[in-house]
Amino acid sequence: MKVHEYQAKALLSQYGIPIPRGRVASSTGEAREIAAEIGSKAVVKAQVYAGGRGKAGGIKIVNSPEEAEKAASQLIGTKLVTRQTGAEGVLVSKVLVEEASDVAQELYLSILIDGTSRLPLMMASKAGGMEIEEVAQSTPERIFRCEIDPAIGFQPFQGRKLAYGMNLDGGQVGEATRLMTNLYKLFVKKDCSLAEINPLGVTAEGKLLALDAKLNFDDNALYRQKDIQELQDKEQEEPLEVQARDWGINNYVKTDGDIGCMVNGAGLAMAVNDLIQYCGGRAANFLDIGTLNNPERVVNSFKMFVADPRIKAVLVNIFGGMARVDVIARGIVEAYQQLDIRLPVVVRLAGTNLEEGQRILAESRISFIQAKDFYDGAHKVVQAAEGARQ
Amino acid sequence: MSILVDENTRLLVQGITGSEGSFHTQRCIEYGTRVVAGVTPGKGGSQHLAVPVFNSVEKAVSETGANASLMFVPPAFAADGILEAVEAGIPLLVCITDGIPVLDMVKVHRYLRDKSTRLIGPNCPGVVSPGKCKAGIMVGEIHLPGNVGVVSRSGTLTYDVVSQLTSLGIGQSTCVGIGGDVLPGSTFVDILELFEADPDTEAVVLIGEIGGTMEQEAAAFISREMTKPVIAFVAGSTAPPGKRMGHAGAIITGTAGKASEKIKALAQAGATIAPNPAEVALTTRNVLETL
Repeated sequence: MKVHEYQAKALLSQYGIPIPRGRVASSTGEAREIAAEIGSKAVVKAQVYAGGRGKAGGIKIVNSPEEAEKAASQLIGTKLVTRQTGAEGVLVSKVLVEEASDVAQELYLSILIDGTSRLPLMMASKAGGMEIEEVAQSTPERIFRCEIDPAIGFQPFQGRKLAYGMNLDGGQVGEATRLMTNLYKLFVKKDCSLAEINPLGVTAEGKLLALDAKLNFDDNALYRQKDIQELQDKEQEEPLEVQARDWGINNYVKTDGDIGCMVNGAGLAMAVNDLIQYCGGRAANFLDIGTLNNPERVVNSFKMFVADPRIKAVLVNIFGGMARVDVIARGIVEAYQQLDIRLPVVVRLAGTNLEEGQRILAESRISFIQAKDFYDGAHKVVQAAEGARQ
Repeated sequence: MSILVDENTRLLVQGITGSEGSFHTQRCIEYGTRVVAGVTPGKGGSQHLAVPVFNSVEKAVSETGANASLMFVPPAFAADGILEAVEAGIPLLVCITDGIPVLDMVKVHRYLRDKSTRLIGPNCPGVVSPGKCKAGIMVGEIHLPGNVGVVSRSGTLTYDVVSQLTSLGIGQSTCVGIGGDVLPGSTFVDILELFEADPDTEAVVLIGEIGGTMEQEAAAFISREMTKPVIAFVAGSTAPPGKRMGHAGAIITGTAGKASEKIKALAQAGATIAPNPAEVALTTRNVLETL
């Protein structure tokens, strides 16, 4: 789960990490007031879940409360298109108005879970303000790493190693070590999957300051992080994905094609979308119905397809394991009874309780296109979508 | 032979009395797996599905000689369940549970470092050696005893691939689902090592997916150590970046996480890449014919 920059900074501040003076504003008037309180040069920053805001015009430097109001009016209510958002962009509802700090140097600091060592990994670099992947590619020697043993936590010597790696000196080393220790505490206490301060500024006076912050949280741990869960901003998410979740379909991702897919299992669902493309079509979504044996979830999947005007044809591909084919079949029949389904629907069924599922579909006399295997299903749905497009 | 589980496996089920635990224990027994014990704290001394239930893994192991555990413990308690099994000295632990917090698994992995337990999963379908033993939730009937090893990050996609293999008469030595989590207990490399050493495995089918770098590590191992042919498919070529595709570990965050990068690495290492997920068995047959 993602949160906004202003929320991430509030959490950093709670854990003793210095952030610039400022607050979030939902209106242009508020932005003006905050800039007046700051009383000096300020930054107005669009609050969206996507990165790449600077280059997209989502961050503006202002010299007066009037300019802050104007900058806010150019951002609030508009859609910001960055390299991470896609062409339609994301809505800006809030801006963060902060004191513009006099920065002598920009550093990079982050913690993530390293898949190879299976430990939290703290990374620091002098090359702040850049994408860390680019730094890793071009100048890997500028990145310093420390694996953190969860049994003993982050140690001061590790902080010194990273701080000296970033060429900090004197009192800054101690300050940086405290900051890193606090960031690790936050990472663990709040079940982060990523905590990134980029850039970590060094002010003209030599003080450290988190100029931008990104926190991602482990979805699996949200059950024990209720306060984090409450920070979720549904406006920032794809409406179809929010709708799916409201209907109990947690594993739904919108993609850019016109074939609706309902599959059980994440790997199979990805493979179905790949196979559709191989056959010359494009899937409109990734949808893993999971293993809960509940026909209603099948009905709700069909509701998603009917509500999505892009969709020209539907593929149901089920390999029953924990999910039983007869339950899925019953769900399909219920969907036809409850909804006005005029889309061509291709059904491929295999696995647990297949015969019973086939019997239910045959007796219902609903009209669907039967597929004999995985390839046949993808091939037929691509043809059906082509037919429907004409 | 086969790897991980066989006719000598004496299986213990953690969470045997829960609904999933019950359902799948029954299926394992029907498949022919020797289920010797169950563990549910507070239900020790009772019988469930004609299997004796114990309060602790330690007790179950000492009383029954169980040498593998299959775990169906809910996510919030799963890490504790894993640690309990490791402490009891279980050589093989298969964890089915989906949704364990990553930081819980970080602690588990740290603890596992100097222990002898091999962990498969979590968030996986388990392990089956066809005709010998099933320690997992996969559909038993689709498997056929034979000489192709299967290792995969996915559940149902593996069922499809296995039934493709079986329908072409290509049997399997062992099928291992390593799971879809960010930090799996066993990686592709761990399982490839076992298949390489197993005299009854002639070739290995590897089913990867987007996210992480496990496929690249597998590729490095294949070019360095593997003498047996590997047939590979990587799911998620069409997945958009930055989106979690169902599995916690299936998210493209950097270049290395993309399917195309993984396919490139595996192909360069000498693996044969299936052109699409429906032709994994056909590709395997072509490779086997050249042996």
